[in-house]
Amino acid sequence: MTAQLNARSIVVALVVAGLALLPLYSSISGNVFVLTLFTRIVIFALAAVSLNLIMGYGGMMSFGHAAYLGIGGYAVGILAFEGIGSGFIQWPVALAASALFALVIGALSLRTRGVYFIMITLAFAQMAYYVASGLARYGGDDGLTIYKRSDFAGLVNLSSRVQFYYVCLGCLFAGIYLVWRIVNSRFGLVVQGVRSNEQRMQAIGFHANRYRLVCFVIAGTMCGLAGALLATNTDFVSPSIMYWTRSGDLMVMVILGGMGSLFGPVIGTIVFLVLEESLSQITEFWALIMGPLLLLIVLFGHGGIDGWLGRLRRG
Amino acid sequence: MADALLSVKNLCRRFGGIVATDDLSLDVVRGELHAIIGPNGAGKTTLISQLTGQLLPNTGTIHFADQDVTRLPAYRRSALGLARSFQITSLLKDFSAIDNVALAAQAHDGHSFRFWGKARAEPHLRKAAMAALERVGLGQRADTVVSELSHGEQRELELAVALAAKPQMLVLDEPMAGLGVTESARMVKLLQELQREVTIVLVEHDMDAVFALADRITVLVYGRVIACDVPAAIRQNAEVRRAYLGDQQVATHG
Repeated sequence: MTAQLNARSIVVALVVAGLALLPLYSSISGNVFVLTLFTRIVIFALAAVSLNLIMGYGGMMSFGHAAYLGIGGYAVGILAFEGIGSGFIQWPVALAASALFALVIGALSLRTRGVYFIMITLAFAQMAYYVASGLARYGGDDGLTIYKRSDFAGLVNLSSRVQFYYVCLGCLFAGIYLVWRIVNSRFGLVVQGVRSNEQRMQAIGFHANRYRLVCFVIAGTMCGLAGALLATNTDFVSPSIMYWTRSGDLMVMVILGGMGSLFGPVIGTIVFLVLEESLSQITEFWALIMGPLLLLIVLFGHGGIDGWLGRLRRG
Repeated sequence: MADALLSVKNLCRRFGGIVATDDLSLDVVRGELHAIIGPNGAGKTTLISQLTGQLLPNTGTIHFADQDVTRLPAYRRSALGLARSFQITSLLKDFSAIDNVALAAQAHDGHSFRFWGKARAEPHLRKAAMAALERVGLGQRADTVVSELSHGEQRELELAVALAAKPQMLVLDEPMAGLGVTESARMVKLLQELQREVTIVLVEHDMDAVFALADRITVLVYGRVIACDVPAAIRQNAEVRRAYLGDQQVATHG
């Protein structure tokens, strides 16, 4: 996509600049809350970007994506609990565990299509949820507090609010860049081709499922990173991090922002979490407003917010 | 047959109680254009789906280029040089014409687990795709999204996709389906050029085209071969006339 001066690229530029300068605003205005909120937003945006890779580009409607948030989070939490505090161990383990989980459930789930794929990914995520609930040593249902954040040998200090925010933001931008490279690569074209017409891709000589599986693993690993960040952010991890409604939230963020658009999920996440935050301050029945609002956007905004911005240029 | 590129023996495929392919044997000689005709429901598409691997037979064997491919999945047969086009146009609708063709070229250019470089900027893939597009007369439409191409152009694009794989054998399922008179004539001309370079199995309802193009014709009725011969002999074959050509005459005159 060429960088034209249209509504979409203006919004993207503003969002990127806003995210980058946010800590500055926070320290000048003394508003700490906004930094806390946006750290959370940036982490969820990374998760949404990873889900968009399989859902938007790969056509794989995974309803179990929050499982990786849990796996990444628990990897960091459990290692910290067992006294292994080095981030150079914790984080690679978080990524590897997520990749492995994605490989196993992907290999099984990708034998199915459509609604069955949605249901089976949901089932696997719920299994992970109940396994975590059963981990008595690590707090079971009550979850696990992380008393000390990952130690990166003085490279970064994750306990500093601002540094941690920039780590999250760096991960998000790296994730978006990675997805951009992937979707324009040979591999990415194959994955998108399979989304468009699987039979055709088989007929011209591609083993479709092999490509889908690798894509599924990449997305799972990326979301595992988001899980590690999320657990660090709250100094806490519990089974609820991977409850099925969380997977649903991630799907909504992607669809809201625009499936198959590079930056859409980021915008979707910002809108979703800011709405949730502000509506929940007005009324405890915030979901009653949020639901219909999302419904309207999904029904009338074809292609989500990103699709709508794309149309503005012509309108 | 000595120089058979494709050899089918005693192939059977049932769908419930219906026998769609009934003890069918067939040889396609290297270099020929072999047409398969038959009335609706004769099992033509079922047959070629088994040839190219979208469907597996219940019994029987298929050999391609001296290799048993009976149980090979479609993508492996494609790698051996067996390319097909579909009766109902089956393209990547949200991709441009050249992307459709370039992906076929890419499929036969090593593995595609390359995550970094820009595939659309690989000159040899683009060049191969452009050559195939120009071959079928779509050079001007390379960057058009498939869903915006006319039906005739989509049929031509099907052919370009099949060609880009540089196949040993093209299996074409009704390439003329739904084409107008001039488009059909263009397609016949194109196939006449192609048949000099590549072995073709052609399933087609347009009898003028079939008799103009085919070196040999196999006639299928209810999943069995009732005749296999050169066009002139097929025209004279009493059983074929009764079973098929006669029917069509009745249909056109009645």
